[in-house]
Amino acid sequence: MNLNEIIVKSMKESTLQVFSTMLGVDIAGGEAAVEAGMPEANEGVVSFIGLAGSWAGTGSVSCSPALACRICAQMLMCEAPAVNEEVLDTVAELTNMIVGSVKTELEQHLGPLGLSIPTVVYGRNFKTKSAGITEWIVVNFRWDEEVLVVKLCLEPKEQAAHVLFHTSSTQSCALEV
Amino acid sequence: MESNVLVVDDSAAIRKILQRVLRQTGMAIHTIHEAGDGQEALGVLSAQKVDLVLSDINMPKMDGLQLLASIKASAQWRQIPVVMITTEGGETKVSEAVKLGAAGYVRKPFTADQIKEKLAGILEPALPL
Repeated sequence: MNLNEIIVKSMKESTLQVFSTMLGVDIAGGEAAVEAGMPEANEGVVSFIGLAGSWAGTGSVSCSPALACRICAQMLMCEAPAVNEEVLDTVAELTNMIVGSVKTELEQHLGPLGLSIPTVVYGRNFKTKSAGITEWIVVNFRWDEEVLVVKLCLEPKEQAAHVLFHTSSTQSCALEV
Repeated sequence: MESNVLVVDDSAAIRKILQRVLRQTGMAIHTIHEAGDGQEALGVLSAQKVDLVLSDINMPKMDGLQLLASIKASAQWRQIPVVMITTEGGETKVSEAVKLGAAGYVRKPFTADQIKEKLAGILEPALPL
């Protein structure tokens, strides 16, 4: 297995395990692809977490506001009618667990890696880009009709920068992850 | 005897889940205190009687390993068992936590049974009604 295949396998297993263990839900899918070039505009909730070590990059989880609320309601066993602090915190923790599990798996192949504190963005029509990194491994999952997208970009340290840029229409700013 | 537990995690979601899971374990628990990072946890320890600490590792301000080191360096608190609950599954962090005196280690994602099993030798079971 090459590194990309190991990463895809780990992303699938980690995501399925987190949903099964923490939400008691078996989600479907796991189709993987490589996304290159300028990413498409996002809408909804996107959570990022940085990886650093001899390899560095970013892991992310994104979904619609409705799915974010459903994840929160299922995981915390509470009502979540709209995206609020609790919903964003839940998606951040979900990202932490998924990317954290991938990180633990990858450490066997790449050596020790550090994990940052997650950052969550909620909005419309914004793009995200990891500076210096052009390819993301993307794995799509489905919970009924809703789609959850798990992404990871990782490169040897000298090729990676630890800054993620998010842009909204004409403005852009650096988002440390 | 009922115990007081301190849950330390920067995620309010995880603190809420652990509150629920701890109440389901069947252990004799009186109060569950919460803190969002190591510094806040030291504040709770100074103000409350705590019999067990469950702590995340990766947190802002003061992380779980720094909190563990502070607890074990204190004559007042060093007897309090500290169980780490974290996504940090790497051998380095585990070894460091064990070396610092952690009583146990649970990886996220966790099940209620895993938490119960880890706490079985630390907390007393609740008396039957």
